[in-house]
Amino acid sequence: MSDLKFTNEHECVKVDGNVVWVGITKYAQDALGDLVFVELPAIGKKVKKGEYFAVVESVKTAAEVYSPVDGEVIEANAAMPNDLEMIKKPVGQGGWIAKIKFSDASQLAGLMDETSYKKYVDGLA
Amino acid sequence: MLLTTPLHANHIALGAKMGEFAGYDMPLFYKDGVMKEHEWTRSHCGVFDVSHMGQATLSGPDIAGFLERLTPSSFRDKKINRAQYTVLTNEQGGIVDDLIVTRLSDKEFFVVFNAGCKAKDIVWIKKHLPLDSTFYHMKDHALIAVQGRWAERVIHEIFDFDPRDMSYMTLARAQTRYGSPAMISRLGYTGEDGFEVSVPNVEAADVWQAMLAHSEVKPIGLAARDSLRLEMGYPLYGHDINDETSPVEADIGWIIGKDNKNFIGADRVLKERAEGPKRKRVGIALLGEGVAREGAEIRNIHDQKIGAFTSGGFSPTLKKSIGMGYVPAENAKIGEMLFINVRGRNIAAEVTALPFVPAKTKTIKKKAA
Repeated sequence: MSDLKFTNEHECVKVDGNVVWVGITKYAQDALGDLVFVELPAIGKKVKKGEYFAVVESVKTAAEVYSPVDGEVIEANAAMPNDLEMIKKPVGQGGWIAKIKFSDASQLAGLMDETSYKKYVDGLA
Repeated sequence: MLLTTPLHANHIALGAKMGEFAGYDMPLFYKDGVMKEHEWTRSHCGVFDVSHMGQATLSGPDIAGFLERLTPSSFRDKKINRAQYTVLTNEQGGIVDDLIVTRLSDKEFFVVFNAGCKAKDIVWIKKHLPLDSTFYHMKDHALIAVQGRWAERVIHEIFDFDPRDMSYMTLARAQTRYGSPAMISRLGYTGEDGFEVSVPNVEAADVWQAMLAHSEVKPIGLAARDSLRLEMGYPLYGHDINDETSPVEADIGWIIGKDNKNFIGADRVLKERAEGPKRKRVGIALLGEGVAREGAEIRNIHDQKIGAFTSGGFSPTLKKSIGMGYVPAENAKIGEMLFINVRGRNIAAEVTALPFVPAKTKTIKKKAA
């Protein structure tokens, strides 16, 4: 089982010390359909838990990507807008949209593990 | 409870993602997804279930005169089997709906109107209908569009009828393989060469299956129908045109007939045409990265709001974001620089000639007989 965490809003989160790598889950990718654009956050942008820091655009619709923590964007995946297929990779291997540094680790407590997230998604169908 | 078309079970069987549109449970996209469906229609051929749209016939001794009261277009001299895109205008010169009107005979026309406006249109038409005339709502007919470079071949094979001599915006009659009458119109909402076929509900599935049996044909959902029409700059009722926009503002003034001065709402429409509208619907292409959708603010170069996108999205053909909206006349010139504001960010954009993508509709190669 992976050590990835998941949000209700279908973000996929890799925790790396005091940094989270945030991408979107396969469920979100499938719901969006063909991607056409990813709007990345500026480095240094301060975000609050539950606020959006990036936007993923498909032909059909736009989806905001929410931060799982209060923190600061320390890196954005600059290669992704030119290679939108990257979003399908595992979050730790190119599928991340941004890395966010946080200080309050307790905010991660509410995230789901992979098993819980699978149950959650099954319940949405 | 959502309404369904006679092809509902076919959509489900094809694995369509269904969604509500104008009260109908309709296919938004099938297994390939909207991008591939869009591209397939441009490169090959797509079929669309548009049976949710309203179909009717209007007949009466002076039905052309009646249509010239309801719409700004000319119908008295319209040749039989010629189709005309036009609008129903209200007393204020706004648009009740846009529709296709085709002359079937001296005293009869075939009209196709928007699903979302059906109830309103029927009330409106019947309210104005002369006592000696008849409105017949063809609820027993389905409408299937076949669009793209293989459309002519598909029609030829399925109906055992040669459509090659048909010009754009004309209608022809053929028979289904069970001998039912079919009305075939060479037109569409995609900018491709193509046809819309009106057949009895009970034969809709048979025609649909026959079209899909063709290796070059795929089913296309409403999502790609929308991106295809957006690339053509065709207005969508309830978004790009509505009860308040006039046909002149909407930049479809070409529908106004030379001799028609007495249609409902003519005062405003003809005044605007003579003096020029204060605002105009224009196509806008984004120059910077991002996607702007309906509702996005249009700003001038001084960052003042001058309008909003009435439609917008990503163009699969052009690989950039396009849209349309109303801007003051002084900002409506092709090449005018603007900003489109998306989530607080100004994206550079410019007024662009419509259509965004050249139409491939078949040009009239000979005069109708």
